[in-house]
Amino acid sequence: MSAIQHLPFEQPVTDLDRQIEQLEQSPTAEALREELDQLRRSRDALLARLYTGLTPWDVVRVARHPGRPQTADYVRLMCRDFRELHGDRHFGDDPAILCGFARIGPHKVMLIGHRKGTTTAEKIACHFGCAHPEGYRKALLKMRLAEKFGLPIVTLIDTPGAYPGLKAEERGQAEAIALNLREMSRLRVPVVSCVIGEGGSGGALGIGVGDRVAMLSNAWYSVISPEGCAAILWKEANDRTNAQAAASLSLTAGDNLRHGLIDAVIEEPVGGAHRHPEETAARLQHWLVEQLSDLKRHPPQTLVRLRYDKYRRIGAFGTG
Amino acid sequence: MTTDVTTEKNLARTWADVPEIAARHRRAIPEGLWIQCPSCAASLFRRATENNLWVCPECDHHFRLSAAQRVRQLVDPGSFEEIDEAITPADPLTFTDLKPYQQRLEAARRATGRRDAIISGVGFVKGRRAVLAVMDFTFLGGSMGSVVGEKITRAVELAEAKNLPLIIVSASGGARMMESGYSLMQMAKTAAALARFDDAGGLYISVLTDPTTGGVTASFAMLGDVILAEKNALIGFAGPRVIAQTIRQALPAGFQRAEFLRDTGFVDRVVHRRDLRSEIGSIIDYAGR
Repeated sequence: MSAIQHLPFEQPVTDLDRQIEQLEQSPTAEALREELDQLRRSRDALLARLYTGLTPWDVVRVARHPGRPQTADYVRLMCRDFRELHGDRHFGDDPAILCGFARIGPHKVMLIGHRKGTTTAEKIACHFGCAHPEGYRKALLKMRLAEKFGLPIVTLIDTPGAYPGLKAEERGQAEAIALNLREMSRLRVPVVSCVIGEGGSGGALGIGVGDRVAMLSNAWYSVISPEGCAAILWKEANDRTNAQAAASLSLTAGDNLRHGLIDAVIEEPVGGAHRHPEETAARLQHWLVEQLSDLKRHPPQTLVRLRYDKYRRIGAFGTG
Repeated sequence: MTTDVTTEKNLARTWADVPEIAARHRRAIPEGLWIQCPSCAASLFRRATENNLWVCPECDHHFRLSAAQRVRQLVDPGSFEEIDEAITPADPLTFTDLKPYQQRLEAARRATGRRDAIISGVGFVKGRRAVLAVMDFTFLGGSMGSVVGEKITRAVELAEAKNLPLIIVSASGGARMMESGYSLMQMAKTAAALARFDDAGGLYISVLTDPTTGGVTASFAMLGDVILAEKNALIGFAGPRVIAQTIRQALPAGFQRAEFLRDTGFVDRVVHRRDLRSEIGSIIDYAGR
């Protein structure tokens, strides 16, 4: 059994991965280095080919790969001296959103990101990355803290959507997200965001109104999940309709960039972020540092105006 | 209150009161001399129900209104000037589900006589001048795509420029799937416009009507300085069916209704439709400039 979980479209590399793993673990691995390198090169070439032909539905699967790095992984891999800050000071502490002071390269920032969890207990506590209103309120509270002390804000988006439950409604899910959208638009510090996995609708945008927004190349970002869309417009969600919905929704990083809905795509290494967490984190960090350094040039009022103009322009309509 | 009722009756006389809307008006409510109340099943005389602002005289059920009907009910007769009428939907993603988006738009246009799910303009409400934006649930479920987002934003900007109160009447299933990311970003755009209006000290009255859900609730609809909701209107983020699936149990009675939102602290006042005009007038007197 291979340690890597293979997605359906990755089946062609399963055998190669197994051979490589066996060789790596064999006591004679050193002697077999040439053979190993040869195998790795063939595997990478095959992966590169498979990943260039991904359908949008395949991309959604990569974005949800169980081994895909999450916010907590990026904190570990690209931040120093992370100090988690809990709680919304009103209701509680939603673990589905992680907040804290962090250092990224030369920058001190407020880092905010969705948390999906890795162990079963963690996943359940985090509702698989679906935040409750107190999560969005915690995020806003910490963003205001950052604003007060002039710290830029970095948000990492990775959620299937805001939690659709009884308690979430009772506690004002819609109001919490709405308020974040309004307040983020006028924060007087730089806001830089990246969709690292799933960008599910309002639950994603609720921490995603930024001066610069990027997506990792295998992330998705859309108004609704493919399954949700298929269930409504195709009347049923199955593998076929989900794939059709994913294609129609233009949810890939490339699509979002082409339509001017995001500012950049950060290319993942061959085979996706789950095969190369360190390299992906390095690339993400590089992009974040670049944006933060650039945005520091602007006085607060210019930042707010530029951010407003950026969102003000989005829309496709006729005028006659 | 007696004078209010008289005013409303005068208001409801004919479509000729608001000719530019009358020309495009189509009914959101089934045709026929007699209609049945969907709530109490009473047989109602159409004309009498219309004169009662489309509220069932038997059980107080508030029928859903088209945007044109809503505008006519809200503004002083003849005082409404529509703006941004020429803004029409595009199909930036060439979206297709079981039918192409273009076909759905065309069908909605034919059925409603509207170009998209919103009417905006300037009018008087009980003598107070205000910018109005009214959503139309009869047009693709009142969904917000680029046109709704743009017209809301322009209405906010106009209210700011003219120093007028802003009234948005929401009725929507949420963001429009067929414009995907564009629809999603309208949430940020409208909220950002409201941040500026807020900075400028403008008064925004949000009126939530049946139903207001999804991305509309999670953006401009929940950002009113004062939030009113019509009696028994369904208001929420996720739809009741999705929630029932998530929690795998039946939802409590009254869940996500206007009164529930008032009781949980998210709506300032629940109003009967016949009082909506006077409520708005009063709030403008307190908070408007």
